[in-house]
Amino acid sequence: MSIDIAPATSATALDATAAMATRRDIQHRLLMTLGPILAALIIAGCILLAVGVDPLAYYGFVLKRGLLSPLGIQQTLTRMAPLLFLAAGLIVAFRAGMWNLGGDGQFLLGAVTAAASAPVLVEVMPAWLALICSFVIAMVVAMIWSLVPALLRAYQGVNEIITTLMMTFLGTSLANVLVKLMFRDPGTTVPQTRTLPVEDRLPRLFDTTITSGLLLGLVAIITVHLVMTRTAFGLKLRIVGANPRAAIHAGLGVPKLTIAVFAISAGLAGLAGAVDILGVQGNVRADWNPAYGLAVIPVVFLARMNGFAAIGFVFLLSVLSIGGESAARRLGVPNHFTLVLVSIVLIVLALAEYIDHRYNQSRKA
Amino acid sequence: MSVAKRDIVALEGVTKRFPGVVANDSVDLAIRPGEVHVLLGENGAGKSTLIGMLSGLQQPDEGRILVGGEPTTITSPRHALALGIGTVFQHMMLVPTLTVAENLLLGGPWWQRPKTEELEARVAEITRTLGITVKLHAKVSELSLGEQQQVEILRAMVRNSRLLILDESTSMLTPKGIDELGALMRRLVEQGLAIVFITHKLKEAAAFGDRISVLKLGRKVGEIPPERFRALGEQAIIGEIVELMFGKQKDDPEAAERAVRTIRAEAAPLLEVRDLGVAPTDDAPGLSSISFDIRPGELLGIAGIDGNGQKQLAEALAGQRATVGGSVRLQGAPIEALSVGERRQRGLRYLTDDRLGEGTVGTFPVSINFFLKQVGAAPFWRKGVEQRAEIDKRAAQLVREYDVRTPSLKTPVARLSGGNIQKVLLARELAEGAKVVIFNKPTYGLDLANTLASRQRIRDTAARGLAVLLISTDLEELLSMCDRIAVISNGSLVGTVENADDARTKIGRLMIGLAA
Repeated sequence: MSIDIAPATSATALDATAAMATRRDIQHRLLMTLGPILAALIIAGCILLAVGVDPLAYYGFVLKRGLLSPLGIQQTLTRMAPLLFLAAGLIVAFRAGMWNLGGDGQFLLGAVTAAASAPVLVEVMPAWLALICSFVIAMVVAMIWSLVPALLRAYQGVNEIITTLMMTFLGTSLANVLVKLMFRDPGTTVPQTRTLPVEDRLPRLFDTTITSGLLLGLVAIITVHLVMTRTAFGLKLRIVGANPRAAIHAGLGVPKLTIAVFAISAGLAGLAGAVDILGVQGNVRADWNPAYGLAVIPVVFLARMNGFAAIGFVFLLSVLSIGGESAARRLGVPNHFTLVLVSIVLIVLALAEYIDHRYNQSRKA
Repeated sequence: MSVAKRDIVALEGVTKRFPGVVANDSVDLAIRPGEVHVLLGENGAGKSTLIGMLSGLQQPDEGRILVGGEPTTITSPRHALALGIGTVFQHMMLVPTLTVAENLLLGGPWWQRPKTEELEARVAEITRTLGITVKLHAKVSELSLGEQQQVEILRAMVRNSRLLILDESTSMLTPKGIDELGALMRRLVEQGLAIVFITHKLKEAAAFGDRISVLKLGRKVGEIPPERFRALGEQAIIGEIVELMFGKQKDDPEAAERAVRTIRAEAAPLLEVRDLGVAPTDDAPGLSSISFDIRPGELLGIAGIDGNGQKQLAEALAGQRATVGGSVRLQGAPIEALSVGERRQRGLRYLTDDRLGEGTVGTFPVSINFFLKQVGAAPFWRKGVEQRAEIDKRAAQLVREYDVRTPSLKTPVARLSGGNIQKVLLARELAEGAKVVIFNKPTYGLDLANTLASRQRIRDTAARGLAVLLISTDLEELLSMCDRIAVISNGSLVGTVENADDARTKIGRLMIGLAA
């Protein structure tokens, strides 16, 4: 290597060749992402064929209803808002090496507390202030809900995958209990919370039905991305995630950072619940659980925990789920096929990664 | 006779490298039937790697392995067994919930019914000749560790092994169990088996061996053949081993004459440690009443066999490990209650021996790894925001200054060689503000050029007037650099020796538990 002879020729010359390598790297990344997605679409198509549905008709329908029709694209963009918040929360946690799988419980508790507080608050204060207060309440409740797994992981080393999953079961049940007992709207026969009047909800964008929550979601995920990649705090979290022993060696306060990660991640999940209620739903019905939290996990992996890539994949997931819901009604393909599709993508992607790794290894040897 | 004496297995110039470390450096080894061949060496000397290659877990990078005179590539543990090489690993490899018989039958063809009667007959024959009893229908979990080990040896025998490798087999046994194992090994070799017995205990080596090979830092530094073994008494053999393990070799390129330096004795110590204690953990000894001083410009060495509390000492000083009592003063000010970061700010630096495990974040670029211990500090971060230009500028400067050979600043640090990773760590710890530096095994696993360069850095550090604590298992290194050498054994300092002419023997005796 030339650097061995002349180490003094500074690193700048080297970085020029590195830039070319980076471009190749990006091309390689694109191929490694889009190729498996295409393969997954074909495999999923075969499954559709096997259950007697024309895959082209299904994909066409999904595209039409999720992306191309005016109503569809508006629904898709509206759906993105909570998903972006959840993805932002997962990026923080995953980059710090903490597997917060309790997103759904945190989401629902945030949603229920936002739904319970907003109609009360708008009666005593201006709508904008009421919304802000509801957001904060939802966030704080979700943060508190994450405290148990956070403390257990920080001070006892208890695996957070188990604890967050268990807390999410408790959280969904608690949310249900709250809706049915404490926050139940006495004015309706179905168990649900009081409905926030449409005019008090988050404003819609221009003359569409798209919620302005989409903008909040975009701000959240981009902020998270920049914090994780450009700040000292983000770097500390990434050190903890990449090598916890190095974090201790470098003198970082690992327990405190762990609690911070859980709080941020859960807080964003709570905000996701609030943005869905205050922007779209207006109330929480009993037994309502869209399970966005679980659906977003593979998306964050597909995006390799990159905020900007996650925006793209969240969009894709929204198209698939909005289009999939319509297709379910029209073609009789179950709604959950969207998840089947996403998981096939993930499996194929992992396989591609493995094959690529083996190929690189054998080329080196 | 000549046939019987042929090597069952021979290693010729076997070299094995791991990222950043040369684990075995052209090792030759001849294993003969009817002999207990003792492999002696400290942790990290390369014993386990050697065994890994013999048992098919790893492949040598260079050199070859001859089995029965034929060059053979041992591709897997199964292949090794088929070749007659049975290994009893350090940690028990039996299924505790199954019976002994079931364990012995594991690994047979899956489409056949286990041949229990055949096994019983075979076991009866083997145990009779060896004079041991094995309860075939007892659950493994009900057996003592010594009995479990006999089962493992039996398993190797049932599979017609001609070579039995015992990896640190005595580490979990009682003294009585150790004696029984020794007797069993003797009977096995009398039947014509070859045994490779790995240990780091000198007494066992002398008591049970026929031939001893000593490994040191991946290289084979000496061998005591059977003829010589018989001629010497136990004490003489131990003496010879100590000489091999810790002694000065002729034609050692690393041997450098230490320039005699004068330390101002009246200067106040930079680092004072008094009665420092650490509670023992499951896998590591604690520390008890460690006390020493280091003056400005002084190089204090810590010698000792690996695993006697060296890492605990370094970590306790750096603030990474909880202590139980004792005081640490830096320039007279107590620092024992401070955090890792605060101690670093006061000028205490710890250069870890675990370069990739805790010293660096392997996937992060070289540039960031220079500043892992300064995250958030100006001028590299302003108001918490990363200043890429500042970081790259300083990193490029450090790369030049410390001669780090890296393709670019963005290269993940784990891709560099061990020597270059070490330079990154040196740059990080020695850069501005250092007053006391703890080096833990700074040349472990490095090649010669990098070893010499690292040592020069350490000497320069002391010459700048810093206090240096050098922890090393390489006595040669300590003798060539230190002003004083303290010996650590089982978590306490058993003696401190001025580095004068007779230091080598004094330290060697302290290390194996004799008074200096």
